[in-house]
Amino acid sequence: MTTSPLEPENWSCPLPLRDHPTIVMGHGGGGRLSAELVEHLFLPAFGGAGTVLAQLGDAAVVQAGGARLAFSTDSFVVRPRFFPGGNLGDLAVNGTVNDVAMTGATPLFLSAGFVLEEGLPIDELGLIAGSMGAAARRAGVEVVTGDTKVVDSGHGDGAYVTTAGVGLLAPGVELGPHRVRPGDVVLVSGPVGLHGIAVLSVREGFEFGADVCSDTAPLNGLVAALLAAGVDVHMLRDPTRGGVAATLNEISATSRTGVEIDERAVPVPDVVAAACGLLGLDPLEVANEGRLVAFVARDDADRALEVLRADPLGAGATMIGQVVDTHPGVVVARTGIGGTRVIDLPLSEQLPRIC
Amino acid sequence: MKYLDEFGDPDLARGLLDDIARTVTQPWSIMEVCGGQTHTIIRNGIDQLLPEEVTLIHGPGCPVCVTPLETIDRALAIASRPEVIFCSFGDMLRVPGSRDDLFRVKAGGGDVRIVYSPLDAVNLARDNPDKQVVFFAIGFETTAPANAMTVQVARRQGLVNFSLLVSHVLVPPAVRALMEAPERRVQGFLAAGHVCTVMGLDDYGPLVERYRVPIVVTGFEPLDVLEGFRRVLVQLEEGRAELENAYPRAVSAEGNPEARRVVAEVFEVCDRQWRGIGPIPGSGWRLSAAYADFDAERRFDVGGIVTEESTRCRSGEVLQGLITPPQCEAFGTECTPRTPLGAPMVSSEGACAAYHRFRRLDEPAVAGG
Repeated sequence: MTTSPLEPENWSCPLPLRDHPTIVMGHGGGGRLSAELVEHLFLPAFGGAGTVLAQLGDAAVVQAGGARLAFSTDSFVVRPRFFPGGNLGDLAVNGTVNDVAMTGATPLFLSAGFVLEEGLPIDELGLIAGSMGAAARRAGVEVVTGDTKVVDSGHGDGAYVTTAGVGLLAPGVELGPHRVRPGDVVLVSGPVGLHGIAVLSVREGFEFGADVCSDTAPLNGLVAALLAAGVDVHMLRDPTRGGVAATLNEISATSRTGVEIDERAVPVPDVVAAACGLLGLDPLEVANEGRLVAFVARDDADRALEVLRADPLGAGATMIGQVVDTHPGVVVARTGIGGTRVIDLPLSEQLPRIC
Repeated sequence: MKYLDEFGDPDLARGLLDDIARTVTQPWSIMEVCGGQTHTIIRNGIDQLLPEEVTLIHGPGCPVCVTPLETIDRALAIASRPEVIFCSFGDMLRVPGSRDDLFRVKAGGGDVRIVYSPLDAVNLARDNPDKQVVFFAIGFETTAPANAMTVQVARRQGLVNFSLLVSHVLVPPAVRALMEAPERRVQGFLAAGHVCTVMGLDDYGPLVERYRVPIVVTGFEPLDVLEGFRRVLVQLEEGRAELENAYPRAVSAEGNPEARRVVAEVFEVCDRQWRGIGPIPGSGWRLSAAYADFDAERRFDVGGIVTEESTRCRSGEVLQGLITPPQCEAFGTECTPRTPLGAPMVSSEGACAAYHRFRRLDEPAVAGG
């Protein structure tokens, strides 16, 4: 078999990719460049429009043998591998558990793939695996299969972990952008920006005047509680890379509705605000690993908040905005002093390799 | 948060805006010099809240934006060399040179690193004795002291593999150039508070005298900016032109003497080309003769650079306050933060990026950036 070099001319809609003939860090950042890569390179390669993949959710929902399954995969390349509040291992479990849970499914089984660099201390791998086991037990999921590969020294960065997860959807549970409608309220389950700032603090050796810990945590318990309480949830998403800004933009675009948030209502911890102020980052664009954004029918807003706040992981839950019909596809923030601004989809990750 | 939330307090902002509305009786054009203030204005929607008589002209105070194309191309050439670790503040990585940017140099194998403190670059030089570490020293007077310190530290540590690519620019000569320009439109200035934190107020009195223009030294939080506008407008309405310090919690008349001493030892004033604007006499700093051996331009043979500026980019007019970003035909179509034609679309302090990021609902929708 011969392989021909990748010819940009053969791509189905190559224009946006031509600006970058090689992969740049932004292609992995979860922002606009990532979206273009998926849309214009991967999606056409895997069948294009009409496929399950074309839904482009963080997890796919598929039918199999009469059951509805949620299925997701995610690779983790965080640097450094250990950070306040977590490490590569629990991040890899929680990240995939959360992607599955956001469909409304109960996550059940995980796979774990390891790409290890020659020279990685076994002790460190032991810590990472131990954290994965603990995180899986906490989330109530089981790691049922795995794989290990080793690359030459200098050809990796210590350890990369890929997890995939499968969950089961209960009958009648159907969340997604098609259910979002004007009038819905937008809730966030707690303070934002902690994971990104925690990783940055250790990577760059910053002291922000207070301890800052990643929020990495499994959110399937929160999701199950919302559904069990009968809250009319329309859509859930965990605002990881690109933060709340990216999540709201994606939902606004796919649901063809407008989102309006009150900037002062967004819970930004002092340490995140201070770090963002110093570094010129926007807290709305900083990654979270243990938060969810919920679009809920307005009548159920109070009950949803009550259910979320009953769990320590949702203790800081609050309403940050609502869905409107006036500017479909656009997220607008009312600023602290009464002006407005458009919250755009972040171009690329502000801080690469945070997950 | 203490000392931050207070300067974004909605009730106090409303009070200042009411004051401003009562003060203004006729049209005025005011320039905020610093890109950090532009960012605050657009991010908080201050431009929408001021009376319509007030026209805002965004100034050239974004160091990323005004760094000359030739210097960017020189940076790209140096960063591409196999023996070099090229260190820069993150903003510079996406600034378009004639053909490339630093991100693409990095993707092509160049060792380009983002640093948050220039001293990190010195540490890199110490830890990598077989490499040449170059720090891209850009910025106004604000960043100059820390950048100057790096060469002092490097000399003390005996590091022979560290150098600076310097493109420092100075605010007062730029204000003078704006006031001397034939299409002079600015009637009052918000001066950049953090520049004055370093340099003090000495340079601004003569500008006020000579051009009869109010200059108010202003901070960066929403209330700071509103107070700056209020004071400029009160002066204009009363027919006064004075130098005022509306940022006394950070700025003293003499500035920071230690920082000034370091800068005076390491740098010397030179003429400087401003991207999009042109040459401004005496508007830059370069390494002084005593530190010339740390000059990356001398260390690396990167002469003979032929620059090629986008013909579609009108950032020069934006930087001179002649047009607002949406008035440029390329804004939001050919030129977006993902595909910037000019530097102001890159930096968070650049006027074009600020407008694109925080664009208004009442503006025509821009193509996806």
